Amino acid sequence: MVKVSAVLAAKLKESEEFNAEACYHCGTCTALCPLDYEIVPRKLFREVMLGLEEKVKASVPAIYACLLCRMCEEYCPAEVHIAENIRYLRKLINQEEFNLL
Amino acid sequence: MPLPIGPVLGILADNLTQLGSVIPLSKKSISGWSKGLNIPRGGETILYTGLMYQLIPFIDTMSAQMALLENSFITNFFGLGRVVNKFINLSFFMSLLASKEMKQDNAQVLRNIAKLLQNAGVEFGYLYTQELYSGALVYDEGLDESFAAHAQRVFEVFRKNGVRRVITVDPHTTNILRDVYPKFIADFDIEVQSYLEVLAEKDLPLMREQNKELVIHDSCVYARYEGLIDQPRSLLANAGVTVQEPELHGKATHCCGGPIESLFPSKSHEIAHKRLNQLKAAGSHIVTMCPICQVSLSKVAGEGCQVEDISRTLTNAYLPPTSSADSRIALRYYLLALWQLTGEFIARKTAVKS
Repeated sequence: MVKVSAVLAAKLKESEEFNAEACYHCGTCTALCPLDYEIVPRKLFREVMLGLEEKVKASVPAIYACLLCRMCEEYCPAEVHIAENIRYLRKLINQEEFNLL
Repeated sequence: MPLPIGPVLGILADNLTQLGSVIPLSKKSISGWSKGLNIPRGGETILYTGLMYQLIPFIDTMSAQMALLENSFITNFFGLGRVVNKFINLSFFMSLLASKEMKQDNAQVLRNIAKLLQNAGVEFGYLYTQELYSGALVYDEGLDESFAAHAQRVFEVFRKNGVRRVITVDPHTTNILRDVYPKFIADFDIEVQSYLEVLAEKDLPLMREQNKELVIHDSCVYARYEGLIDQPRSLLANAGVTVQEPELHGKATHCCGGPIESLFPSKSHEIAHKRLNQLKAAGSHIVTMCPICQVSLSKVAGEGCQVEDISRTLTNAYLPPTSSADSRIALRYYLLALWQLTGEFIARKTAVKS
């Protein structure tokens, strides 16, 4: 059983910065990522878009480990601006989890 | 396990809001590098260091100390550390141990860049201790409100000094000013150029040909964010350098690991090793153009491998052999050598007599 957060999904819909819906899960990004974390960025974006809040919370370290190096973005066939999406997630977590602005 | 993310980011944001910098810097640390260069104060065109080269030795020391705490129970008290930091700046005390050698090296990079621009006939001023950090790190971490307020402060300083054009010295400051500031400040109308772009536009006469092979490490931000790839290559090639390309170069360059050192030291070092091995496959003398890449890669370089800022080679190539400061240093070395030789001579004579 997974809990789905309608609030998270709604926030992403409102955002002009988050555009991971264009992703068709080819995995190029994850294969190129210097971090070698299985979760970033493909699986993470899917969890975020499905509103799987608990899973996203478990991925918080990976979200802050992103180097913002844009290696993934350079080769993304769907032209998702991945680094900006990660930065947007950090902004949300800073506000919601860490109470930081 | 990373260091506790919330409290560490909180300290960064607090420092930026309270002190105008992620780590407090003394006046000497901010502008001491410019001593004797006679750079005018302010002006329409300024050299804006964004304090990156000045901050890196301090950030590096803090990261090294925090890395010792990775996986330790002490990380549970980082939240308390943030509260204390608001009253007694802990990051200031942690940064006292910064490497003198790294501070001097980075000051020399800034001196080199300023002298290269002066020599190329570029007219520019400098804001000295009025200069503020750009806020790049805080923006990357998604602390947008703290960043926005700070960016406005930086813009006010530019405006107050009548600045119309800014020459930057590192990729992060270039990107944040050129691409991010206009998104946060509606009337931001300042032209931003990296010194590498400025120098590449000039037809610089070559003073001393550099007959050597250098492996080039592109910064992710210069290459992928700013498309700044050809300029450093043409400056090096015109200097007589044979530029060796690692397999991953230009838009396909690989990160040095530096951006996550404060929160994920182990992972950061792992990535630095990976990148260094890629570079070493192309040669052992590596040039960087970012203070973060420079510190990350030189830390893992080991013997037989040299990592240096591109400005050093450019200085050797495009500046006349001696300037007054250099000749003073040369004279000091000459006198020291003379003193040592005399000492040795006397010692030998005494040994022969006895």
